[in-house]
Amino acid sequence: MAEVTYLEALRQGLWEEMERDDRVFLLGEDIGLYGGAFKVTEGFLQRFGRERVIDTPIAEAAIVGAAAGAAHMGLRPVAEMQFIDFISCAYDILTNYVATARYRAGLATPIVVRGPSGGFVRGGPFHSQMPEAAFFHTPGLKLVCPATARDAKGLIKAAIRDDDPVIYFEHKYLYRRIKEDLPEGEDMVTPIGKARLAREGRDLTVVTWSAMVWKTLEAAEQLEQSDGVSLEVVDLRSLIPMDDAAIMGSVRKTNKVLIVHEDTRTGGVAGEITARINEQAFEWLDGPILRVTAHDTPLPYAPTLEDYVLPQTADIVNGARRLLAY
Amino acid sequence: MTTAATAASIPAGLTRNDLREIYYYLRLTRSLEERLVNLYRQGKVIGGLYRSLGQEGESVASAWALEDGDIMSPLIRNMGAMLVMGARPVETLRQYMAKATSPTAGREMNVHFNDLRLGYLGQISHLGDMVAVMAGIALSFKMRREPRVGLVYVGDGASSTGTFHEGVNLAAVLRAPLVVVLEHNGYAYSTPTSAQTAVSRLAVKAKAYGVPAETVDGNDVFAVYEATRGAVRRAREGDGVSLIEVVTYRRKGHAEHDDQRYQPSAEIERWERSDPIDRYVASVTSKGWVDKAELAALDQRVTEELDAAVAECENDPLPAPDSALSDVLADPPGAVRLWFRRRDG
Repeated sequence: MAEVTYLEALRQGLWEEMERDDRVFLLGEDIGLYGGAFKVTEGFLQRFGRERVIDTPIAEAAIVGAAAGAAHMGLRPVAEMQFIDFISCAYDILTNYVATARYRAGLATPIVVRGPSGGFVRGGPFHSQMPEAAFFHTPGLKLVCPATARDAKGLIKAAIRDDDPVIYFEHKYLYRRIKEDLPEGEDMVTPIGKARLAREGRDLTVVTWSAMVWKTLEAAEQLEQSDGVSLEVVDLRSLIPMDDAAIMGSVRKTNKVLIVHEDTRTGGVAGEITARINEQAFEWLDGPILRVTAHDTPLPYAPTLEDYVLPQTADIVNGARRLLAY
Repeated sequence: MTTAATAASIPAGLTRNDLREIYYYLRLTRSLEERLVNLYRQGKVIGGLYRSLGQEGESVASAWALEDGDIMSPLIRNMGAMLVMGARPVETLRQYMAKATSPTAGREMNVHFNDLRLGYLGQISHLGDMVAVMAGIALSFKMRREPRVGLVYVGDGASSTGTFHEGVNLAAVLRAPLVVVLEHNGYAYSTPTSAQTAVSRLAVKAKAYGVPAETVDGNDVFAVYEATRGAVRRAREGDGVSLIEVVTYRRKGHAEHDDQRYQPSAEIERWERSDPIDRYVASVTSKGWVDKAELAALDQRVTEELDAAVAECENDPLPAPDSALSDVLADPPGAVRLWFRRRDG
C-alpha cells in the first residue's frame, strides 16, 4: 500500500493504461514538456514520446474532433481540457458528432475527454465550472465524476477501456486534498455505472458525487454528533449510466432523500434524479425530495461570493434537518 | 487509334481505361441524381434532395486521386466521390427513401453514411466539423506510420466556421497527411461567397496555416485530378496538409425545394456552357482517347444499373419503429422504452 493523492491516482491510472495499451495516447494543451496546467501528465512525454503525448494549439473543438477521428481508426485517445470550463468550445463536436456516431453511423468512438472541474478554488467564472448538466442531456455520452483517489484511478482506467465516449470530470479541489492508501500493482478498475455506498445510515439518504461527497460526509458526522441521526451517503460516481438501483435501494431503506450537487440548480442533475425516484419509488417516500445545489448564478471569484454561491457543509446539515423534520 | 503516341499524351498518368471509368462515374452521378428527382417528385424521397449538378467533375476527379486505404469525408454534393470510393447507388437510393435496408437503417439521410473499409466517412450537418475529425484520422495514419492519406471536402460556406479553422490549423501544426478540397461553388444556401468572406480566392486562407494551396478550374476534370494527386502525394510523403480550391458552380438550388431566386439566370447559363461532363467528353473524344461508341456503351451500363438499383430497393420497408432505441451506446446498448409505450404498463 502507498498513500497517493487523488491527482497521483489519476496520473497512475493514465500511466498504467498507456503502458498496457499502445493504442492509448494523450492530446491537449501544454500537456507535454510542461506536464499540464495541474501536472497530471508530468513525465509522460519523457516516457511515452511526442507521438503519444501531443501538445495541441488552443482548439478544443479540433482536439475532440481529432480524438474522435483517431478513435474511429482504432486508437484510444484521451483528450485533456486544460480546465473543464473550456469543454463548451467542443460542445458541438461532442454532442453532434461524437455522441451520435454510434447511433447514426455505427462508428465506435472510444474517446475520453477529461479535465479539472469544479469550484472551491477561487478560480472565478471560467476556471470553476462543473458543466455536467450540459452533457447529461445528450444521449450517447457517458459521464463519470470520481470522488475518491481509488475511483480517480479506477474510473480513468474504465473510461479508457470503455467502447463509448466518456467525459471524465476530475475535481481540482480534490487533487491534492484527498489522499488514500492504494494497493500497488493491482489493476484497479471501477465499473462505470455503479454507485458506491460512501456511508451507511438509517434516517436519510443523500445522493451526491464528486467533491460534494466529502462535504456530505462532514455534514453526516456533524449530524450524528449533534442530532444523533444517521445519514446514508450514496456516491453516484457515474451520472450516465446512472445506478438507479442503488438510489432506489437506499430510498426504500431510509424513505427520505436529499440530493446534493455542486452544479447550479435549474436544469441540474438533481431534477432528473428526483423524477426517477418519483417514477420508481414514490410510495417509499416519507417526505419531499430536497436539493442542495449551487445558486443559479455564474460562479464568482471573491471568496465571500464563491462560498455563498456554492453549497457548503452547513447547507447540507440545514437541508437534512429540514427533511428529517417530516 | 490506340497507338502508343496517343496513349502517352493522356495527362497525369491516366490510362484510357481510367478515362472510361471516370466517365462512367460522372454519368452515374448525374443519372443517379436524376433518378432521385423522379423519386422525389413521386413523393418517395423522404425530406430534401440535394443535387450536385455542375460539380460532378471535381467530385469524381478528386476522389480518383485517392488510393486503397485512404479515407475521405464527403459533403452533400460529393455523391460522385463516394461512388468512386465504392459506395453503391442502391445505398444512396435507400438512404434517400429512409429504408430499413439503408446503410444507416433509416437513422440518417441522403449521403450521410460511411464505409471506412471502402474509405469514406459520412459527414454531419455541422459544417467544418469533419475537418477536425479528418485531422484525427490523418493523424492516426501518421502515428502508425501507415502510408495513408485523409481527404476532406469543405465548401465556401464551411470555410467561415471555427472548426474549419481549428481543424486545418491543428492538422497543419501536427503535419497530418490531410488534403483539404475547398469547393468554391458560389453559394452556401442563398449566401453568395461575397457575403461569406472578404477574400475572393479562398486558397489564400491556406497562407494563414502555412500550408500550400492552389486554385483550380473545378469543371476541368484533368486539372482537379492533377492538383489533388499532387496534394495526395505530398501528404503521403510526409509533407502534411495541402489545400485545393476548386472553383465551380452550384447550378441547382441548395435543395430541390429551393427556387434559386437569388441566382441570376445568366450566371447559371454561363456555367451550363462550362458543364464538367460536356467538357470532359469533348476533351477525351476530340483527342481520340475514348470514342463515342464507348461512351454510349457506358451510358447504357449506367441506365441498366440504375434500373436495377431502383427496382432492388423501391419496395423495401421502412425501419421497424422500435428499432429506434438500439445502439445509443455500446453498453448499455439501447435506450429504455418508456412506460407509456409499454403495453404491460
